Amino acid sequence: MNQPAQPPALWAGGINWFKYAAPQTFYPLAGTMIPWFGWAAAVLCVAGLYIGFFIAPTDHQQGESYRIIFIHVPAAWMSMLVYLAMAFWAAVGLTFNTRLSHMMATALAPTGALLTFLALWTGALWGKPTWGTWWAWDARMTSELILLFLYFGFMGLQAGIDDPRRADRAGAVLALVGVVNIPIIYFSVKWWNTLHQGASVSLTSAPTMAATMLAGMLLMALAAWFYTIAATLHRVRSIILEREHGAEWTRPLRENPR
Amino acid sequence: MNWGGWNEFWAMGGYALYVWGSYGVTIALIVAEIALLRARRRAALRHTGTSNS
Repeated sequence: MNQPAQPPALWAGGINWFKYAAPQTFYPLAGTMIPWFGWAAAVLCVAGLYIGFFIAPTDHQQGESYRIIFIHVPAAWMSMLVYLAMAFWAAVGLTFNTRLSHMMATALAPTGALLTFLALWTGALWGKPTWGTWWAWDARMTSELILLFLYFGFMGLQAGIDDPRRADRAGAVLALVGVVNIPIIYFSVKWWNTLHQGASVSLTSAPTMAATMLAGMLLMALAAWFYTIAATLHRVRSIILEREHGAEWTRPLRENPR
Repeated sequence: MNWGGWNEFWAMGGYALYVWGSYGVTIALIVAEIALLRARRRAALRHTGTSNS
């Protein structure tokens, strides 16, 4: 018996989901999804910015500086969500030994790092006029900085290991260990006395901001979601090609890219 | 409408540095990421179907 290791079939809703765990099947599917998510992100971004700059009123305390919120909050939310998605795919990859899951984790990391950097950068530019300082070592900001280092560490670790299978597993373990940082970021403003303000939006209480401000922010958050999905799918397609460059099915793509 | 004209819009009530500093860097980094994504895909396609990397 010399069969290649096959992942067990996972049937739900009449679909064998492991079919899409094969890079060969996922590659064209991802390709058709990218323009949809990309254009949806662009449209939502334009709508969000229009509401954010032309309809949402001036804040009576912070003046116009609060308009940084339309980038800052979506970037900060997504920086955490992308990490959770990365850790999820890492866990799936370790459990089922599916290569595509690890590729998804790898593909998420650079966009996650970008969003984390933007959350920190826009936070500094917002902190200066509001608190009088670019940076403070408070729990919220420090844990978000640690998140940036976790992304860099994940990418550096994977880049530093030549054998892709070992790089996948090492990265996955790091991603899973680092996931403890996410609740620390999220609850930091509750657990500690931080310079950073508490949540303005939560699932359990009414938002403490004007409806138009909230609408602009939520549209931008949705745009950030769709952008992240489009960018990640685009990157995972490249990773698939890089890892499968010798495979028979990739050969026609050289002449006829899809 | 919040603004009396484009000058007022760009001035952002005196917070132009902070607001446009945020938006400018965000746009620059997203443009850079898209360029890097496209470059990576082109490079990957060049090696596709060959047995050596």
